[in-house]
Amino acid sequence: MDISKRRFMQSAAAAAAFGAVPHASAQTPVREAAQAAGGEHLQPLTLNVNGRPYVLALEPRVTLLDALREYLGLTGTKKGCDRGQCGACTVLVNGRRINSCLSLAVAHAGDEIVTIEGLARAGKLHALQAAFVEQDAFQCGYCTPGQICSAVGLLAEAAAGAASGASADVRDLRQVALSDAEVRERMSGNICRCGAYPNIVAAVKKAGGAA
Amino acid sequence: MNSFSYVRVSDVESALREGGAAGSRFLGAGTNLLDLMKGGIERPQRLVDVTRLPLTAIEQLPDGGLRIGAMATNSDAANHPLVRTRYPLLSQALLAGASPQLRNMATVGGNLLQRTRCYYFYDSAFAQCNKRNPGSGCAALEGYNRIHAILGASDQCIAVHPSDMAVALAALDAVVRVRGPKGERAIPLGEFHRLPGDTPQRDTNLEHGELITAVELPASRFTKSTYLKIRDRASYAFALVSVAAALDMQGSTVRAARIALGGVAHKPWRAMQAEALLAGSALDTGLLRKAAAAAVEGAKPYRDNAFKVELAQRAIVRAVQTAGGMA
Repeated sequence: MDISKRRFMQSAAAAAAFGAVPHASAQTPVREAAQAAGGEHLQPLTLNVNGRPYVLALEPRVTLLDALREYLGLTGTKKGCDRGQCGACTVLVNGRRINSCLSLAVAHAGDEIVTIEGLARAGKLHALQAAFVEQDAFQCGYCTPGQICSAVGLLAEAAAGAASGASADVRDLRQVALSDAEVRERMSGNICRCGAYPNIVAAVKKAGGAA
Repeated sequence: MNSFSYVRVSDVESALREGGAAGSRFLGAGTNLLDLMKGGIERPQRLVDVTRLPLTAIEQLPDGGLRIGAMATNSDAANHPLVRTRYPLLSQALLAGASPQLRNMATVGGNLLQRTRCYYFYDSAFAQCNKRNPGSGCAALEGYNRIHAILGASDQCIAVHPSDMAVALAALDAVVRVRGPKGERAIPLGEFHRLPGDTPQRDTNLEHGELITAVELPASRFTKSTYLKIRDRASYAFALVSVAAALDMQGSTVRAARIALGGVAHKPWRAMQAEALLAGSALDTGLLRKAAAAAVEGAKPYRDNAFKVELAQRAIVRAVQTAGGMA
């Protein structure tokens, strides 16, 4: 059979998803799909992504990142290093930013996941998306979805008074002012190889109301 | 990544039952374990997801200490008001580690169980690694060993422990609470991690099936403290050398000092001789330099990491000065 394992896994998994999945071509019950994929290890689960439930059957070793990209067709979330070193795969889980590459999809059954595709509302860009456009905060754009999801998490953390490595004194529980140094430290989990950092900092500050 | 089975547990009894089985491993957030599994370094047959256990509380103890549930995330521990106000050293150390995303995932228990970032351990293309494959040798001894240990290493392994949090916990005399097949026990932080000796494959003294349930801190009298981390870039990098310094001062006299080093050994390294030299004296630079020299006594650098011997001393001086308000 002249078909790569990856292709085979993709089509089998697509068939395993009940919902109106972008590239799902058939609606097959989970158990049949599991058998078709030949994995006795397939686990049924529901992922709630951008307010929508997706019923899937996945091997436990599928990362959240791969589930989003390869099984749900949500390719806005990017795979950079796939080892937790670049932040391109950043998504929001229960309102918090995490690296989807170092997390198993099955471990997120029941969680509320938001990706870059879920930030705009009724055709209107999220304030951070708008700020990234306005401040020209990207060049090639590959790290941008991760940068934006990360920044959404950052603003929520800052609003909750979270400290950072740039805090002068962590004992001071007051809300932080987002200086350049604070934004740089708090965005340090997202690498931009084009080096768009100055404009990323400007965009985050703009959306945070600090500039 | 090799295939494995997965089970999520919601109570400690189930976790112990599932985790005790042969081939099982506890899965926290997976920020290190999944990374190692992708590299083929770890190959568990079964993962027992313990992140949903009701062990996330951070609460004051009757004796004035603090208990941090093992499943509390690094972010939640770093930002808890009791940690920030009473143990700012711990908060600082946590915030110096990894990235915001990873801290939002990583658990306190998992942080303690991180494995070394020695290149030769992490890359299975190198045949020699006693930690990965006991008896195969140590590629770092003759290799590029800039990030490696200067204290407490052996001819079997010169890797360092990567955690920042654990360095602060060592300085704060933390205790690790553990439950396992044989019941419950408390392990002082200093005895939790091991030196490599001739069994570098074992990072800690945990037995198979034992689950970390909490980390406890005694009431802190060390009101002046700081965590200083020296690394190759300003953020999101492991320490070359780090220092957790905590002082109990009476006026300008040091009543007691706690100093622990990261990035220099296979475990967080308490500098007890240096602590003893500072106790009962006023903080002056000459004494600090003497204490710092005592901290690295017996250091054994390798080809590329000799700089750490000097760096560690300067970092100790600066950290204690900062903690004491001299810098």
